Amino acid sequence: MAASGGHSRSPLPQPRGRLSAELIDAIKDARTSLTGVTPDSEEDLQLSLWTLYELHYRGFRGIDDGLEWAPGLLAARAQLEADFEVRLRTMTDALTNETADAATTVDRLIAITAHDDGEPSLATYLQREATRTQYQDFLRQRSLYHLKESDPHAWALPRLTGGPKVALAELLYDEYGAGLPIRLHSELFARALAAAGLDCSYGAYVDQASAETLAVNNAMSLFGLHRRLLGASMGHLAAFEMTSSFPCRRFAMGAERLGFGNDVAAYFDEHVEADAVHEQIAARDISQELVRMEPDLAEGIAFGAAACVVLDAAANRALMTSWAAEDDAKPTAI
Amino acid sequence: MTTCRIAVVPDGPLLLRGASIVVDDEGNEHRVRRPVVAVCVCGFTQRAPWCDGTHKVAANARSDA
Repeated sequence: MAASGGHSRSPLPQPRGRLSAELIDAIKDARTSLTGVTPDSEEDLQLSLWTLYELHYRGFRGIDDGLEWAPGLLAARAQLEADFEVRLRTMTDALTNETADAATTVDRLIAITAHDDGEPSLATYLQREATRTQYQDFLRQRSLYHLKESDPHAWALPRLTGGPKVALAELLYDEYGAGLPIRLHSELFARALAAAGLDCSYGAYVDQASAETLAVNNAMSLFGLHRRLLGASMGHLAAFEMTSSFPCRRFAMGAERLGFGNDVAAYFDEHVEADAVHEQIAARDISQELVRMEPDLAEGIAFGAAACVVLDAAANRALMTSWAAEDDAKPTAI
Repeated sequence: MTTCRIAVVPDGPLLLRGASIVVDDEGNEHRVRRPVVAVCVCGFTQRAPWCDGTHKVAANARSDA
């Protein structure tokens, strides 16, 4: 399968601005310092950050693995992360503040994930109306994360102890196939891409990923790579699982309606049941237990959960908006 | 004999660890295929005997009533 072996690494993305252009050139030439770290757009920032993070996952085809720890690139990453984190906190302030009085960690997570931004639902649209091309657009955006499904949250494992560590390991064991390589969730998604007629190689669609999709992925890496953001990583995981079962049911129905191969519906179908379990483990056995053991992590957990909700909504909105723009551009039928 | 551990989730499903078969109210046997399974107790699931998260909607409907 193309998702492993020779295509296990991403190709380097195409630049989308001054900073990403310089960064990608530097990585190609194995240069480890940049002349400046000023992105000229949100897209430029998010793509640059995504590229720097990817050095910590699988790296890039034909690129020296040693660049992962090049001090100049780490310094650039730190600068971009600081900017991104400040904005994430601003974006999530309202949601974390208005849920601060919840009686328990689980209640607060439920309140955060119940937040409705009033936008039309992507899941309902894909279930009932989307064209095959639009559904494929959705899979391309999601491929950035699902081909490395659970990897960003796995960074938390060595930083946890006791019950939360056992609970995360239990959840990850299921995500990582429960002993069967064929059940690896990232492999299930690769098969879904293939069944939808798409390229299932790792990183194949990074050039199509919106700034919002890149931000979704970058937040998970930011939380995962910084031990001080352990609470945010686990709060993100809880919110992700708690908001997954219902949309996945609709995604599966949309795939069936459009007549894609079974592997597309099967991927989402698997997540209806799996995530109904995972949400309980992530909210109770990980997040709530973590707060009981280390009360200082409570705000971090709320921050991560709110970031998940806000960023996922933005990525969904970007996709819906791109389709609306296509519709507007079409000549009206007479 | 292996141990089956059952955790009760308030307003949610039962979480079973170590179970191999769940028998539903009609006597049908359902094989457990993952390390932990959530068994529906609210009765609203569309995937009996497994939880599909519908209890959350049922709880909202009750609190709105």
